[in-house]
Amino acid sequence: MRFQTPTSPHTAARGDVSRVMGQVLLALIPGAALYIALFGIGVLLNLLVAAVTAYACEALVLHLRRRPLRATLGDNSALLTACLLALALPPLAPWWLAALGTAFAILLAKQLYGGIGYNPFNPAMVGYVVLLISFPREMTLWLPPAWLAEGGPGALDSLAIAFGAAADWDAISMATPLDHSRTQLGLNALLGEVRADPRYGLLGGSGWEWISLAWLLGGLYLLWRRVISWHIPVGLLGSLLLLSLAFYIGDADSYSPPWFHLLSGGAMLGAFFIATDPVSAPSSARGKLIFAAGIGAITFIIRSWGGYPDGIAFGVLLMNIAAPTIDHFYRPPAFGQRRG
Amino acid sequence: MKPGDAKPVLWPFPGGLQLADEKHISSERPIARLATPARLVLPLRQHIGAANQPLVSVGERVLKGQQIASAEGYISAPVHAPTSGTVAAIEEMPVAHPSQLPALCIAIDSDGAEEWVERQPLGDGYRDLAPLELRNLLRERGIVGLGGATFPTAVKLQPGPGRRIDTLIINGAECEPYISCDQLLMRERAADVVAGIAVIQHMVSPAQTLIGVEDNKPDAIDALQRALAEAGLNDTRVVSVPTRYPTGGEKQLIRVLTGKIVPSGGLPAEVGALCQNVGTCAAIADAVYRDQPLISRIVTVTGRGVAVPQNLEVPLGAPMAALIEHCGGYVDGVARLIMGGPMMGFALPGDELPVTKGCNCLLASLAEELAPPQAEQPCIRCGACVEACPAELLPQQLYWYARAGDLEQARQHHLFDCIDCGCCAYVCPSHIPLVQYYRHAKTAVAAAEREREKAEVARQRHEFRQQRIARAEREKAERLAKKKAALEASKRAAKAKAEASEASGEAAEAPRQDAIQAAIERARKKKAAAAAAGVVPKNVDDLSEAQRARIAAVEARRTHQREAAGEAAEQAGSDDAGDKRRSAGS
Repeated sequence: MRFQTPTSPHTAARGDVSRVMGQVLLALIPGAALYIALFGIGVLLNLLVAAVTAYACEALVLHLRRRPLRATLGDNSALLTACLLALALPPLAPWWLAALGTAFAILLAKQLYGGIGYNPFNPAMVGYVVLLISFPREMTLWLPPAWLAEGGPGALDSLAIAFGAAADWDAISMATPLDHSRTQLGLNALLGEVRADPRYGLLGGSGWEWISLAWLLGGLYLLWRRVISWHIPVGLLGSLLLLSLAFYIGDADSYSPPWFHLLSGGAMLGAFFIATDPVSAPSSARGKLIFAAGIGAITFIIRSWGGYPDGIAFGVLLMNIAAPTIDHFYRPPAFGQRRG
Repeated sequence: MKPGDAKPVLWPFPGGLQLADEKHISSERPIARLATPARLVLPLRQHIGAANQPLVSVGERVLKGQQIASAEGYISAPVHAPTSGTVAAIEEMPVAHPSQLPALCIAIDSDGAEEWVERQPLGDGYRDLAPLELRNLLRERGIVGLGGATFPTAVKLQPGPGRRIDTLIINGAECEPYISCDQLLMRERAADVVAGIAVIQHMVSPAQTLIGVEDNKPDAIDALQRALAEAGLNDTRVVSVPTRYPTGGEKQLIRVLTGKIVPSGGLPAEVGALCQNVGTCAAIADAVYRDQPLISRIVTVTGRGVAVPQNLEVPLGAPMAALIEHCGGYVDGVARLIMGGPMMGFALPGDELPVTKGCNCLLASLAEELAPPQAEQPCIRCGACVEACPAELLPQQLYWYARAGDLEQARQHHLFDCIDCGCCAYVCPSHIPLVQYYRHAKTAVAAAEREREKAEVARQRHEFRQQRIARAEREKAERLAKKKAALEASKRAAKAKAEASEASGEAAEAPRQDAIQAAIERARKKKAAAAAAGVVPKNVDDLSEAQRARIAAVEARRTHQREAAGEAAEQAGSDDAGDKRRSAGS
């Protein structure tokens, strides 16, 4: 009798990379569904275009690199990158915006570095920042949520806009609450006046706050399933909270309140779904806290004094650069290195 | 602890896994005894440490319990004949080793008589022996740690100078799934375990003794408590610890039971702890009370790939195939045979291998039971391994360094605190065989270390040689300088004297001439005295005619040679002169 001799351990937990990615995709569903419900079919179109582009680009590179297609395409990582990018795009973005951003994310930010596991930067955020810098106009075509936009675009109109068939989409677009408050506060308007605008809701932006809460719900699911650890969400949201609280207490007329910061823009999506990408984040618990706190701080700085309405994407990319250094300096002690 | 006592405080260890224990597969049947097979094969190295030297020769008859291979070196343990019979071969044979390389073995053909060597059990008399004498006894009886590591017990029972053992920990955790040999031992032979514990207590006199047993073995805990009460070991407590892999790891069990953390890279004795496996305790009792060396052990034969899984008491050296056969043979679809458990055991290429001291379990599994390894995917740094690691390492960083061959970084990331438990590879969603990378890196570091040591010795030797040569040259130069100086000095002195004598004329010469004259006179007197006393050159009297003739012949030859040499020199001189003439004329 001859037997195979694989190495120990001879047993393994169920679960693989595609399951991990699948859990994250699953956790995106409540937020994505609410986003589509409030902002129209354009969001769904972005998701579709990005997903198709991601699979096509991934398959192309794998073919060129002569790698097995099925195993890598099945790991769901390209799909996740596509979804995260698409969910960060404005709902009225032309279709090629999603395609271009995703192609850049998959081809350059992911595969050029060696594919899954080797990318130093978060691919979705690289794609997003490339679009933001290259196409500032298209990237600010935000819509008011459905109940604000009386006579807003229907499903057909949305599609027409996305494919460039409608002419005057400027008329129906609207700056996001973050953008609006930054601009207005920059013009020395008082916060009270600014927030009297109907686009603001109870805590964050009207409609936006509900989507943020849905991201939070998905994030809690990931925590519960232990797909992510608490360090990055807590570090990111914590530093954003503390900084905005400090400035809000110092000057309540010129700085947005902390709850507005937490429930607007990409804070929740970034804290639970984007910054938690393990490939481009530090590995130790303390390292993660520092990394995430850095993202929170950069986000607050950009939101308050920078040239862009939101700063999550820049924060993530800048801290991605720092991740290897953080890993180098914050190496946790091994068992028996501390005094017991 | 006795029932009713307060629940002891337990400490958690980091990481670890909750695994299906699968112990019921083999633990429901009692221990059976495997009949001695016709041939036993005993590898000369069945322990951690130096390999043994055979003490018997082929064809020699051996008795049961007779030492057949001697321990070489301090960390070593001898091997004994598990039965009486004849030595059939001493040669390299296949053994259970991950390398699958053969090793030197002694094969014994059993005569079926089971005839023992003369035995003198100490019995309770061990209490009169000093720890050193008992350690020597355990060493001679070939006892090693039976938890799987097979470290020589006598060495482990020596805590080292200046160290005191205050907590003796008896390891009955048996945390690895499937394995139940310790559980069966505790259930059926708790008295032996307790007797062995008493011997260890006598040797190291600990302040407290704790027996750690995972809470999935209540039968073992009960049996131990009864045996402790019977033996009157009232200060020894059985502690039920949570079932969590790898609680049975030495450092983990010490943490759980005492809260103490053995320093990274250190030994348990550094925190006053000593850990012994329950199987080792029973083996110690065998040595003390029956004068029986380590010649058999309990082996769990389990898995869904074997017909009647159970525990067997097996003479060392028995072929694994005999154990499988005793358990009803394989079930159709058996895919893997593992020595040890599913987490740390290693897969065997076949079953024609001998059972050794470290073989605690044979696991025959079906393909669906322990799935074949899946294709390795890139690491996504998800950190699941970090959470699972009981040594608090960063397995994914270690993996990068091991893969890149950056051994220095791997060491700095505490590669050698890795206990090979396999938790990281178990949870890895990318199916990376992490343990394999670490094992490879460990061997590479060890090899590099040996290489470095060798290079260091060579370097020292070279440097010493260079120094020696330099010193010799320096001394030569010094001597030369001294000589030169002396020569100069004497020249100067001669010159000065010459000047002085010139100045003082004959007056200076006179004392020297007197001295020479006196010396000549002394020598002449001495010679005369000697002649008067009859002292003549020795060894020339009483020579035979033949000897005298030979001496005369030698003298004649010498004279002849001297004359010939003189003529040759003369000739050469004249030739030389002729040459000069010729060259001048041309």
